[in-house]
Amino acid sequence: MIGLAHYLAVAAILFTLGVFGIFVNRKNVIIILMSIELILLSVNINFVAFSAYLNDVQGQIMAMFVLTVAAAEAAVGLAILVTFFRNRGDIAVDDASVMKG
Amino acid sequence: MIEAIAFYLLAITAVFAGGAVVLSRSPVHSVLWLILAFFASAGLFVLLGAEFLAMLLVVVYVGAVAVLFLFVVMMLDVDFVKLREGFTRYLPLAAIVAAILLAEMIIVSLAVASGGAAAGGQIVPATADASNVETIGRVLYTDYVYIFQAAGIVLLIAMIGAIVLTLRHKPHVRRQNPGDQINRDRRTAVEIKSAETGRGVSPEELL
Repeated sequence: MIGLAHYLAVAAILFTLGVFGIFVNRKNVIIILMSIELILLSVNINFVAFSAYLNDVQGQIMAMFVLTVAAAEAAVGLAILVTFFRNRGDIAVDDASVMKG
Repeated sequence: MIEAIAFYLLAITAVFAGGAVVLSRSPVHSVLWLILAFFASAGLFVLLGAEFLAMLLVVVYVGAVAVLFLFVVMMLDVDFVKLREGFTRYLPLAAIVAAILLAEMIIVSLAVASGGAAAGGQIVPATADASNVETIGRVLYTDYVYIFQAAGIVLLIAMIGAIVLTLRHKPHVRRQNPGDQINRDRRTAVEIKSAETGRGVSPEELL
């Protein structure tokens, strides 16, 4: 029988893979954005798993809002990426220090 | 039994695809693995009884976000080999951080699953008179209606932001100017020449 812990474990592994991806692909902002999508996906799996096992639909509502924010974030992130590429000619973000923040 | 087989198949696919996203050499391959991970997760959602979210995941992520990623990856002419340098340098640190994070999350998951509020819970299958979509709709359009509207505003602002960031006016392209077109009147548009009776006008006189 598949229990809650199984789903939480899958979500934990996906979350870790996302964090791992951000660490090892520090220059490639496209892979970083994809890793963030993986992290948000794992959060959604957690939400839906708890929603199912608590028999409460609110988790799925929250997952929907996470989905909305993730879609908006991907759109704006890729738009910034395209603008960055137009201005600098590459997408290596580890030396993106124009603003001297 | 069949549920367990489906779960392990989908879970292993999702984890393998997630690993391939961060490790594959070409970003195009990464996007394709990401699509596979989303499909497998949609399958997990179906197993959990969240059919609506599963379909939403396929439509929104695979249909829109992943295609957007693919579009950007193929549009940008980037040397991806150069971007991978430093991969092996960060690998040990990343592996340590990932191992610690995973261990912590698994331990917390096990604790929550055995002693938390959801411990011993069972997935309640949706019935014909209360399907998953209907249940979500009943809550979403009543208790969460303001947050639902706010989500719409978030999407609108994201759309406007993306357009503002990427829109660019090229200097040598002729564009339509509706204001000028509407503000034209008879004095600037037409010139009246008086023509002599019986002779008409010749083309030279018009210029």
